Amino acid sequence: MNIKNELVGILAVWYREFKVFLREKSRIVGSIVTPVLWLLIFGGGLGSSVSISGINYQAFIFPGILTQSVLFSSVFFGVYIVWDRKIDFLKEVLVAPISRTSIFLGKVVGGATDALLQSLILLVIGWLFGQFGIIPGLHITLVSFLLALLVLFFTTTALVSVGLIVGSQMESPEGFQLISSFLIFPLFFLSGALFPINNLPSWLAPFTFLNPITYCVDALRNVILGSAQFSLIYDLGIMAIFTIVVIAVGTYAFKKMKV
Amino acid sequence: MPIIEIKNLTKQYNGLTAVDSLNLEVQEGEIFCLLGPNGAGKTTTLMMLTTLVKPTSGTATVGGFDIVKNQGDVRRSIGIVFQDPSSDEILTGYENLKLHGMLYGMSPKLREERIKEVLELVELTERKDDLVKKYSGGMRRRLEMARGLMHHPKILFLDEPTLGLDPQSREHIWKYVNNLVRKEKISVIITTHYMDEADMLCDRLAIIDHGKIAAMDSPAKLKMIVGGDVVVMKTANPNLEGIKKLEFVKKIQAKDGIVSLTVENASEHLPQILETIGKVESVEVHLPTLDDVFLHYTGKAIRETSAEGGWAEKLMAFRAKK
Ligand SMILES: Nc1ncnc2c1ncn2[C@@H]1O[C@H](COP(=O)(O)OP(=O)(O)OP(=O)(O)O)[C@@H](O)[C@H]1O
Ligand SMILES: [Mg+2]
Repeated sequence: MNIKNELVGILAVWYREFKVFLREKSRIVGSIVTPVLWLLIFGGGLGSSVSISGINYQAFIFPGILTQSVLFSSVFFGVYIVWDRKIDFLKEVLVAPISRTSIFLGKVVGGATDALLQSLILLVIGWLFGQFGIIPGLHITLVSFLLALLVLFFTTTALVSVGLIVGSQMESPEGFQLISSFLIFPLFFLSGALFPINNLPSWLAPFTFLNPITYCVDALRNVILGSAQFSLIYDLGIMAIFTIVVIAVGTYAFKKMKV
Repeated sequence: MPIIEIKNLTKQYNGLTAVDSLNLEVQEGEIFCLLGPNGAGKTTTLMMLTTLVKPTSGTATVGGFDIVKNQGDVRRSIGIVFQDPSSDEILTGYENLKLHGMLYGMSPKLREERIKEVLELVELTERKDDLVKKYSGGMRRRLEMARGLMHHPKILFLDEPTLGLDPQSREHIWKYVNNLVRKEKISVIITTHYMDEADMLCDRLAIIDHGKIAAMDSPAKLKMIVGGDVVVMKTANPNLEGIKKLEFVKKIQAKDGIVSLTVENASEHLPQILETIGKVESVEVHLPTLDDVFLHYTGKAIRETSAEGGWAEKLMAFRAKK
């Protein structure tokens, strides 16, 4: 194995994903508009009668909505490999003299780039909303901004891998949609994105604490709102372990993948 | 040494034998065709030779490398144009080629030079910055051919290179293939179910049916084996018993109201044949074509089995869906 060729191979796969991302304008717009609507309508509606331990509800769910947007776009990124398989583009990539590991990593970096760019835009929107009092109590500083991106880097890397694992096994986009919905919705609703996790009913708590996304939301609340259940190191540690595990599984899934 | 050597290559898909103990050799610099109807196992054979599908049993070497043990070396030696579209529509022609060059570890300088060269070869230089979405089926195939060649492979595989294309685009492609072998000095393996294509292009061909080789030689030699002239008649009630008694009829094939005879010196014997067989609706006499060769070896006409879901149709269906 030639390391340089493998690295250029990763870059090649990334190059393609990134070009496609930039050309699919509707994908970018959709991925920004949806979370903003959640914030304004859902957050605004519920927030008019609810606040959580003194924090404005819209500000409280901002980390959760950020996570939601990364969760959805990262996992759904896996559907593109199903499209690649429908035509013979996947074969074109697989027949190249680079390892499947590199192809997998290139895809992960590609998907993560998309999700992080979306997060960056959402963080800027959040900052603006805070500055102009649209969401009172949301103060995003440069430090929280950078830390949030670090947290989301782990989250998206892990979740793109999850999406690719599903995608590598599916023949049809419909099949992918079905399976990934089964994954995404429990991960989202059990993560505490929309509610605090310090006072959960005992039947719900185990599900929430087994859900890796919970630690992403918690870490983001920590860096953005300064209020969290666990320490940042603890949250990041769990995210890092989760990321390593799914990358390992994903590499394996790609090695076993049929054309 | 042969550039490709296949020994007892077999692929089974849950009980179905797609490729059945294939044995063949392709020489360096040759254009070799695998000719066969839908489902004959052509694509499966190429997939095994290009390391994308693992054989159930048997072995093969491509460019001297084992297709299971030395996959990396095999991949560096080959280029392939797949049966279905395999370029990214959301990228331009140029970007598809650039991506390919990167995947093959070409240096930026060499890559740019080569992109220019292959674009000129397939006459797409002017359209290189258009999205592939806007290409016609023929242009897209040409782009994919250019791409398959870009990294200087020793062996180029073309899976049904002209399926679903109009006659003009097909001739275009044939021209490039011929040019290429001269200019780039490579060996080419083509699969097709078009007789005229095989006849036009290849030095040697293997007729493949149900995963097995039925015959293998140059088109001219294969046609000679059929021998004589071919008389094809459309008739509802042929008197086949009578025909069998004529000593100048070498072979009889009858199916669905079509009788096809291989006859010595047909122009002289035609009146007697027509007298014997009874009422005919139409009659046609020609020299043997590869169609007749195919019929001779497999007992069926390849036209009966012609393409379903061609390349272009699949592309349209895919676009409609997307
Ligand atoms: N992945 C697969 N799983 C199961 N069966 C398969 C698979 N790929 C091919 N087959 C079967 O193997 C046989 C040979 O298929 P193959 O695609 O090699 O034929 P072909 O000669 O390329 O035909 P065509 O002209 O239609 O492209 C067919 O019966 C096909 O259904
Ligand atoms: Mg085929």
